[in-house]
Amino acid sequence: MSANEPISTNSEWDFELIERYDQEIARIAKNFDLDTYPNQIEVITAEQMLDAYSSVGMPINYHHWSYGKQFVHSEKNYRRGYMGLAYEIVINSNPCIAYLMEENTITLQALVIAHASYGHNSFFKNNYLFKSWTNADSIIDYLVFARKYINNCENKYGFEVVEEFLDACHSLMNYGVDRYKRPPKLSLREESIRQKLREEYLQSQVNDLWRTIPKQAIDEQESTEQRFPAEPQENILYFLEKNAPLLEPWQREILRIVRKISQYFYPQKQTKVMNEGWACFWHYHLINQLYDENLVTDDFMIEFAHHHTNVVYQPPFDSHFYSGLNPYTLGFNIFMDIKRICVDPTDEDREWFPDIAGKDWLEITDFAMRNFKDESFIAQYLSPKVIRDMKLFTVLDDDSKDNLEISAIHNDAGYQHVRNTLSNQYNLANHEPNIQVYAVDVKGNRSLTLRHQQHERMPLAQSTSEVLKHLHYLWGFDVHIDSVTSDGKIAQSYSCPVNSN
Amino acid sequence: MSRVIDRRPNGKNKSAVNRQRFINRFKKQIKKSVEKAVSKRSITDIEKGEKINIPAKDISEPIISHGKGGSREMIHPGNNDFMTGDKFKRPDNSKSEDQGSEASDCGEGADDFGFEISREEFLEIFFEDLSLPDLVKKQISKIPNFKMTRAGITQDGTPTNLNIARSMKSALGRRTALSSPYKKKLARAERELEELKQQDPINKEQIEKYSNKIKILKKRLKSIPFLDNIDLKYNNRIKHLVPTTQAVMFCLMDVSGSMDEMKKDIAKRFFILLYLFLNKNYEHIELVFIRHHTSAKEVDEQEFFYSRETGGTVVSSALELMHKVIVDRFPASEWNIYAAQASDGDNWNADSPHCRDLIMSQIMPHLQHFSYVEIMPRHHQSLWEMYTELKKNFSNFDMQKIDNRDEIYPVFRKLFKRQQYA
Repeated sequence: MSANEPISTNSEWDFELIERYDQEIARIAKNFDLDTYPNQIEVITAEQMLDAYSSVGMPINYHHWSYGKQFVHSEKNYRRGYMGLAYEIVINSNPCIAYLMEENTITLQALVIAHASYGHNSFFKNNYLFKSWTNADSIIDYLVFARKYINNCENKYGFEVVEEFLDACHSLMNYGVDRYKRPPKLSLREESIRQKLREEYLQSQVNDLWRTIPKQAIDEQESTEQRFPAEPQENILYFLEKNAPLLEPWQREILRIVRKISQYFYPQKQTKVMNEGWACFWHYHLINQLYDENLVTDDFMIEFAHHHTNVVYQPPFDSHFYSGLNPYTLGFNIFMDIKRICVDPTDEDREWFPDIAGKDWLEITDFAMRNFKDESFIAQYLSPKVIRDMKLFTVLDDDSKDNLEISAIHNDAGYQHVRNTLSNQYNLANHEPNIQVYAVDVKGNRSLTLRHQQHERMPLAQSTSEVLKHLHYLWGFDVHIDSVTSDGKIAQSYSCPVNSN
Repeated sequence: MSRVIDRRPNGKNKSAVNRQRFINRFKKQIKKSVEKAVSKRSITDIEKGEKINIPAKDISEPIISHGKGGSREMIHPGNNDFMTGDKFKRPDNSKSEDQGSEASDCGEGADDFGFEISREEFLEIFFEDLSLPDLVKKQISKIPNFKMTRAGITQDGTPTNLNIARSMKSALGRRTALSSPYKKKLARAERELEELKQQDPINKEQIEKYSNKIKILKKRLKSIPFLDNIDLKYNNRIKHLVPTTQAVMFCLMDVSGSMDEMKKDIAKRFFILLYLFLNKNYEHIELVFIRHHTSAKEVDEQEFFYSRETGGTVVSSALELMHKVIVDRFPASEWNIYAAQASDGDNWNADSPHCRDLIMSQIMPHLQHFSYVEIMPRHHQSLWEMYTELKKNFSNFDMQKIDNRDEIYPVFRKLFKRQQYA
């Protein structure tokens, strides 16, 4: 091994070199049992990178002004030097497409290949969320279809109309996903029990209403007779696609497209820490292995180390550069620590992680990559050592108290609390307001009511009324959102048109 | 198992459509910024892009998110000296009144959304739905005309362009070059054969050998083609852009004592706008600057705008000079002639009727358009009245009064509002 010649000795790259690096990295990745889609590595220019930025990283997408806005914005920042471009963009598709920028040095190209084409790629292929929610084989084809379809609609119905409709869909894009797999069909017996319980629950709700707003007494009977939807619906776009009374078929199809794309990105939103952590963990190992085999020079390694530390740098909270936790750092640290716990466990580790301490690190990290999302990953694997290393602490901001409070720091008393809080912080359900389709006044004015279940008394932002306008446009009749506190009281209501009820 | 693809040749304008849509959507705001810029900018800057600001609230894409309030617990890194239970005042960040994720992903908070439009876009917006009169008529000529002109000789081309003389010349050269070694050998072989034949006794073997050699050499020589592909020479013709739409723009300005700096400045802007506008619509534009007080003079741009003169005013002097220049240098059959006159309306009273007659009989027949702007905060004088008569007679004569800088843009638009001429 030690007789190996370095693959390259200066920073210039060419296609042969990229292929050479890719072969070596692929070989090492195989030795580490990384399971990946085939790779498609595309070299692009900085301008093309800007293009890719503004179409949410997809190689193809339908046209919309908001992507233009994104483009104009990143273009400005890039030209003024506020922002460097990302080194890479990688697409969850089969084959897995990764973009390399032509401005990069060979070191950076190798780093990106290891990071994207082997790190992210294996994550895309094996993480359970991606496996069950996205279809890497067909996403590009679907986007081609979507673009064509929307293009046709624009030609047929005028692009202003389509744009307005897309605006409305986009405003609810976060509510176009199934958060949980549909539960398996219940047995008839269970179903009727549930039905009964639900009726009782509804009854109690309605009685409550009866006391405070006697006017609605007539509604009460109706709503107990027949509710629609029978159960609250979390996927608002899906609900609209199937039930909005006035939509044209093409509008339903566009709703579906937006919803599908939203669903495609949903796993990425939930695995940012893991995905980036995993990719960093592997570029670190793959490149170091190259070095161990004398395939790269010392200069190469110094440049690599420079980039690597930049990527996983976490500015402290009081730094000028601080803008929240860096998912790259957090993910990388946790994966590295899992490895450490496997290879070189301390007593503390044996106490906290009896299952994995001293086990084969490849197997354990692979298992962690496959079976978790950020929330559960942190809850499972955030170790006291990582908390100490990063000096994590929690700040409690409760508007019912005058002061902010440090609720936990990196000490014995605080580990568990920090871990839970951080896990919650990555729980999308806490992050995005929990809103479900609650009721449609089928027999009356066809008004649609959504329910916001408040989390920790957090109200909805002011933009809600704007979103409601879009929802009103989609539904075609009055729409309402009731913000409900944890004890079931309606804290605030939004309506569109504003004074409808 | 990996494929490496070079996507760089694919072009970079994938976002052009989206960008255009974005600009169209916010055209109103962008136009406002452009208009503002025109009234503010100095002339030398006019052909530049512009920074556009759009209020964040107009541009936001609303989504549902959490607002302020409630109880939340956040994790931060890099604890130095906090202990559990430490309490401190809530930092005052009233400025970030819940803008949802919009605020954070712009990185500029609730500020305006700022970006730049290019020079082309700036002018495009500026000139939108404007057009010079009679332009429609010449619209077709906006497609550039090409003329084929000779440009030497090339190695390949179509048979029709074959240059026979050159091809034969080059064939001859090639034949000479290729055949000369054989010819030399042949001559020598023939000579030796002749000698052998003279000898006695006859060496049949040798003779046969040489005859064979000669045969082969002759065959070689024969196989050199008379005309080969590489001999062919073609006349090269290249497309040459012919600016059929050429225009000349006469800028006439009164620089007499009564035109103060402020008025000149307004006139300046008016000319600049006219020039930029013509610049967009014609391949080639000549500018003629004529300034006058009691006598007129053709000057260059620098002098026209920036040098100082004083004296009385005789407008007809400029018109006469303009007529002379038209006759001498810009025959109306080849040029689209535009004239723009800026003045404060002062004129020697007896001269105004003369101006009218001059324009009516001598100048208007040549012109596409004559525009007159009077920069005059007060009442009109004789020149205005005379010109008003002209306006009645000529549909391509326009006049406007400008009081201050802000009015230039609307006036400019009014003067050149798209007109459909039959």
